[in-house]
Amino acid sequence: MQATSHAFKENAHRALGDRNLQTALGIVKRNFAGQRTAAVARMPEFERLRDEGRDIKNHVLQHLDLYLEAFEQKVVGLGGKVYWAADAAEARDHVLAICRAAGAKTVTKGKSMIAEEIGINDHLEQHGIAPIETDLGEYIIQLRRETPSHIIAPAIHLIKGQVEETFREAHTQLDPARPLAEARQLCDEARALLRPKFLAADVGITGANFLVAETGSSIIVTNEGNGDLTQNLTRVHIVLTSIEKIVPTLEDVSTLLRLLARSATGQEFSTYTTVSSGPRRAGDTDGPEEYHVVLLDNGRSAMLGTEFQDILRCIRCGACFNHCPVYGSVGGHAYGWVYGGPMGSVLTPQLIGVKEAGNLPNASTFCGRCESVCPMRIPLPKMMRHWREREFERHLQPSVYRAGLKAWAFLARNPPLYRFVTEIGAAVLGWTGRSRGRFRALPLAQGWTNDRDMPAPEGKTFMALWAERQKRRA
Amino acid sequence: MADSRDRVLGNLRRALRRGTADDTAAVTVRERLAEHRPNTIPARATELSPDAQVDLFETMAEEVSATVARVASLRDVPGAVADYLAQHNLPAQLVLTPDPQLAAIPWDERPTIALREGIAGADDLVGMTGAFAGVAETGTLMLISGPDSPTRNNFLPDNHIVVLRAEQVVPTYEEGWNRLRALKTLTDGKFTMPRTVNFITGPSRTADIELKIELGAHGPRRLHILIVDDPPSD
Repeated sequence: MQATSHAFKENAHRALGDRNLQTALGIVKRNFAGQRTAAVARMPEFERLRDEGRDIKNHVLQHLDLYLEAFEQKVVGLGGKVYWAADAAEARDHVLAICRAAGAKTVTKGKSMIAEEIGINDHLEQHGIAPIETDLGEYIIQLRRETPSHIIAPAIHLIKGQVEETFREAHTQLDPARPLAEARQLCDEARALLRPKFLAADVGITGANFLVAETGSSIIVTNEGNGDLTQNLTRVHIVLTSIEKIVPTLEDVSTLLRLLARSATGQEFSTYTTVSSGPRRAGDTDGPEEYHVVLLDNGRSAMLGTEFQDILRCIRCGACFNHCPVYGSVGGHAYGWVYGGPMGSVLTPQLIGVKEAGNLPNASTFCGRCESVCPMRIPLPKMMRHWREREFERHLQPSVYRAGLKAWAFLARNPPLYRFVTEIGAAVLGWTGRSRGRFRALPLAQGWTNDRDMPAPEGKTFMALWAERQKRRA
Repeated sequence: MADSRDRVLGNLRRALRRGTADDTAAVTVRERLAEHRPNTIPARATELSPDAQVDLFETMAEEVSATVARVASLRDVPGAVADYLAQHNLPAQLVLTPDPQLAAIPWDERPTIALREGIAGADDLVGMTGAFAGVAETGTLMLISGPDSPTRNNFLPDNHIVVLRAEQVVPTYEEGWNRLRALKTLTDGKFTMPRTVNFITGPSRTADIELKIELGAHGPRRLHILIVDDPPSD
């Protein structure tokens, strides 16, 4: 997809004025965080599981090459195939080649962020193969030619009425007078229309939440069951995934699964957790005849051993989105690329470059909620600061911004001068704003006052007030 | 694209500052993969007696909108199924997997139920499968694929009935894996992962529209679990 991360400010501005989006984000805020809190409260061992989850992934990252080789060997031993893709273009080539070899006309798809990352749908369409999204949220946004706005709830930026409108426009073969105002009716309509597509498709593409080195398995976690129909009813199953998804054993993945659903939706366990190992066996009466795993790197190996390595522990639960005040205000599309929210602000600059995505690490209040809920204990704010440093080093911000920052740094390094200047500033602003108690406009601060009033200071700086108070006490 | 493989692995090894022949790391990985070491296991189910684990399984499964019925033995299954079908106004037709676990059910006591054994099709409304295990901690069914248990029967029919023997209830996922590994060891001497292991916790659902949960997204609209208390006669 064409990234618009550089335009984060414009995107965010538009998002703030979008009433449907704001209604939808209100629903996100009222649900996810509270559900997570309740689920965590029911699991007294949760904090220990988080420590272990972090340790498992750290161990894997330290031995990533070896675990990938062990995984590959197992997959091949079971009759599957493994394809390595250094970048998105190579991954697209692999998928297209497999689809062509299978003579595929239609391809059903389970939800996969890697598929979004490499833009596989457009690529298949350009080559005459029709991709069909089957996750309800993904299906809705495919009809609308949109991208996901949340890694676990792709259509969460929409309200029900918009989905109804989309279905009425797209499903012209159905009675225009049918009732379609309720979520139940929308679900049933999608179910009825997609069922024959599952049965007719030639290839099924799913992602993977985890890969297990011990058994050569790929694991998908869904609530709808669409991923299972996708991979079971087609002759060819392609698992589109990335190198950091690997874990050593079934025991390790059990620990991570205990963290995933609780952090994501507050469920005790997702409805369907499916562990797939190779193609159909001798004697089996169903299951795919071919099982292909495409392993994408796309910049991940370059994060290993750097200050950004910890983001490779991410299990894509979305908890950081659900607890982020910035995401909660502007939604996922404002981030301008595949991954939004705090994890996106850290990952995206690596995947598409700090020049395009340097704005994202600035889209943070540094409140730290993301880190406090991350099941993998990823220090997201710290890594956003690292990106800010890089952005500054590479002179990517506007010159006014840099000049302001330099001026501030100069003052901050000279405390007496800092105090002198701020005392003058506070006194002037306190005096000029004394009648109204606020400013509607201020020179050099339109960025603030365009959208809200600036409260007038009391006339003295904090340092001055503090000194006075200490004197009174003495 | 063999060079992509080399390139990716080469990048990883450079980042990890490791040559191709780092024996200590290779041994660490080999041992880790072989030992199946459990991590922290929540006490929720492990501290319970086997009977209480079955109760917990039932409670947790019902919490996620599955329905559960307890029957004394396989002899009672046809009656329980007939009740269920009647209760939901479903036709007395059933596709069931050729699972040997289901073979001892005396269907001839309920001749009104039309049975078909085999793989589920698009038109089957009600399907019945056997279970491999039931995980008490979250009310999760563990089903495995094989010649006698096609996976699609777990997903295509609108109504999925699963027969689970009480002794198949395990406290945790880890205990499920242990039983799975043991089963395979008995048959051919070495453990081979089944092609598909399905963990199923309640009927299919979605919350993709305004986070409102609707059951029956793409998989079964209903999940009914028959827990059979009696151990098998053989």
